Amino acid sequence: MIESDVAVALRGITKIFGKTVANHKVSLDIKRGEVLAILGENGSGKTTLMNALAGIYAPDEGHIYINGEEVEITSPRIAFSYGIGMIHQHFKLVDVLTAAENIILGLKEPGGMNLKKVGLRVEEICEAYGFDLNPQKKVYDMSVSEKQTLEIVKVLYRGADILILDEPTAVLTPQETNKLFAVLKNMREDGKAIVIITHKLHEVMEISDRVAVLRKGEYIGEIQTSKTNPQELTNMMVGRAVSLNIDRPEPQNRELRIEVKNLNVVSEDGIQKLKDVSFQAFSGEILGIAGISGSGQKELLEAIAGLQKASSGEILFINDDGTSENLIGRNPVAIAQKGITLSFVPEDRLGMGLVGNMDLSDNMMLRSYRKGSGPFTDRKSPHALAERVVEELSVMTPSIETPVRRLSGGNVQKVLVGREISLSPRVLLTAYAVRGLDINSSYTIYDLLNRQKALGVAVIYVGEDLDVLLELCDRILVLCAGHVTGVVDGRSITKEEVGLLMTQHGKEEAADE
Amino acid sequence: MNNEPVAAKKKRSFTIRNPFMLTKRTEGMAGYKSWGIRLIALLLAIVVCGLITLLITGLNPFDVYSTMFRGNFGTARKTWVVLKDMAILLCVSLAVTPAFKMRFWNIGGEGQILVGALATSACMILLGDKLPAALLIPIMFIAALAAGAIWGIIPAFFKAYWRTNETLFTLMMNYVALQLVSFFIIVWEVPKGAGQIGIINQSSMAGWLPWVGGQQYLLNVIIVAVLTALVYVYLKYTKHGYEISVVGESERTAKYIGIKVPKVLIRTMALSGALCALAGFLKVAGTDHTLTTTITEGYGFTAVMVSWMANFNPIAMIFTTFIIVFLDKGAGEIASIFRLNQSFSEILTGIILFFIIGCEFFIRYKISLRHSETKEA
Repeated sequence: MIESDVAVALRGITKIFGKTVANHKVSLDIKRGEVLAILGENGSGKTTLMNALAGIYAPDEGHIYINGEEVEITSPRIAFSYGIGMIHQHFKLVDVLTAAENIILGLKEPGGMNLKKVGLRVEEICEAYGFDLNPQKKVYDMSVSEKQTLEIVKVLYRGADILILDEPTAVLTPQETNKLFAVLKNMREDGKAIVIITHKLHEVMEISDRVAVLRKGEYIGEIQTSKTNPQELTNMMVGRAVSLNIDRPEPQNRELRIEVKNLNVVSEDGIQKLKDVSFQAFSGEILGIAGISGSGQKELLEAIAGLQKASSGEILFINDDGTSENLIGRNPVAIAQKGITLSFVPEDRLGMGLVGNMDLSDNMMLRSYRKGSGPFTDRKSPHALAERVVEELSVMTPSIETPVRRLSGGNVQKVLVGREISLSPRVLLTAYAVRGLDINSSYTIYDLLNRQKALGVAVIYVGEDLDVLLELCDRILVLCAGHVTGVVDGRSITKEEVGLLMTQHGKEEAADE
Repeated sequence: MNNEPVAAKKKRSFTIRNPFMLTKRTEGMAGYKSWGIRLIALLLAIVVCGLITLLITGLNPFDVYSTMFRGNFGTARKTWVVLKDMAILLCVSLAVTPAFKMRFWNIGGEGQILVGALATSACMILLGDKLPAALLIPIMFIAALAAGAIWGIIPAFFKAYWRTNETLFTLMMNYVALQLVSFFIIVWEVPKGAGQIGIINQSSMAGWLPWVGGQQYLLNVIIVAVLTALVYVYLKYTKHGYEISVVGESERTAKYIGIKVPKVLIRTMALSGALCALAGFLKVAGTDHTLTTTITEGYGFTAVMVSWMANFNPIAMIFTTFIIVFLDKGAGEIASIFRLNQSFSEILTGIILFFIIGCEFFIRYKISLRHSETKEA
């Protein structure tokens, strides 16, 4: 029943967390010399399934066979003994140790610790597969992509021949992704079994040989990559036909709305987060902001929203009659008192934009509770607004009185965006507005942003998925280490060009030295 | 490497580690059900206490319980004492609640009560024979509340601007207040060398709160009843109350919508301190008419438990206050009637509180048996 090139066979794996069925009777083969993509939306159970294989969770039911033999994997150590290595989304490295030290951490090798020998082995592995890793480098000096390389080398060093990578490209630039894929292909040629967990379709098409699709914990089916296309895979993933094109109407009545001049922001611990940032945002257009995470996107949006102190520079809001107001040094209440309606959908939805323990109505009140002169709050209009948002954005919630933390990610975001849009803003700031959302909710959000654009709102969209940025935004501003490395036209630029701009600043500096 | 014999030999597809599964009740529990669980817990506590009484002392548990009841309601006088103590404890519990809702762990209730009592006594002693009651009592009231507010503002200010730990800070402030009170007791002691103040203005009764309806304690009860309603409305329906909830839940959200967090911290602690001081005022002017270092009776700490047990709901606090006072009075009564020492009655109080607080676990979590499918083995 199990073919000979099958390294791992999962049969009837079920895992239940409380009332949630994360995996329901999933059966799957992982083959040697092949890249298998596990595709599914957030919450479809991809990671849970692979965690069962890596010894993080024991499945409630089901069987795992390795090389035809039934096994029980109750800990990561046992998983290792079968040659299974998982590279998690969040790296598990010790910052103050070097690459080589991290690699042998926890290993019991005969003959004591010989870092030189480790270094040689590491170099061998790197050469064999085309990695670029300096064994003597400390982890805190490493970029995200170097850390990921280290994680992969670490599992290879330990003799893994079944590699599982959980969303490996989420933190990488397009160039780094290409490098990673080249390495994965080398490992495949070497006969290793590789699994990548992802929800990005173009990556599935590019790297995988076979695709297995999960939906809501159920195994939907598998297919040879060469025999399918993104549309078919999406339909399998979502369960029905969806259109994959993001609308991008031409901007109407484009007028200067926000002008940022030489903005500098220094964090509390003295790190320069934004350096001489200047740009313009116009009404009726969506300005995208691209960059590796932590390049100053958060500080930029918070500075405009009045939440982040600027050390110098100007942020001008341009009124319709051409007069302008400087927003620097004003808090959100002072900005609102100037008659400037500025909406902000922050990255941290439940920790900043909303209060998780409060119900929908009380969350609507966050923006409106000051209204009226008496000491009492008006509870009726937030309740009515909550009902309207639920109705118009089809939020799935048991009731208006449900605490928002109990809603799913997509519905939480709809509540937040719905409230912010209800203010009829002139400027709408959004940070990672579709992170963690399923395809359907993501498209709802794109539509809402486009509708705001049509109403003449200046929309600023900080995003991480370059494909989306290139399809949705009229112009794209690229940040790299707090510097603006380019403002480009969203319609004509390519992903590779944006990717270069995202990493350009460091390289220029290095060349200057 | 793949010949691990241990794992391969096992035929079962899964191992059961813990047959019980805990799930947080996400939907909350119906009101009548949760009160049902609390009632069962109370009954169980009574049964367990009865068994322990029987085993250790050989006394009839029913006698013990009826004695406890009589200790609280045996005479009209005893009932009034229960009401008096409930009023003060409830007042302090209401006082610490706004701070707790803001996740500001004010355990400085003791100190705030003490400075309130101190300010009240100071006015009574220094101004007692100079001002008419209509003027003296409002001055005492304002002085007490101001003193409590200052005692609350100091730790709030340091927390707001320098992120100091409010738990330690408010705790330390208790000792400062205690030493202040000790100092002034010596300054005002009557007679000299007695080490205590005695009844203040015993002959003139200047600054004593009036009796209402012929009852000494009724005014305190009425004031605290009104206060309960006010605190309930303040927390639930006002802008301030809303700001307190937002700051408590998430300071980042508060900043995001433009709430000045330091302002809310300081304002709320001023209120919390002032209400604690109100308890001190009621105690000195209303019932005790003297100042001692033990005037708080530990209520500053007991109130923490009362407020938590009521889940910060002022109305529910009436019941939790009653439970604490009832147990305390009942325990004292059985200690004296049966000549048991105080420790035994404290054991009973401990058992009852253990059940009452412990049952919250069953209200918050659901316990079910793990799914098992043995036929696949």
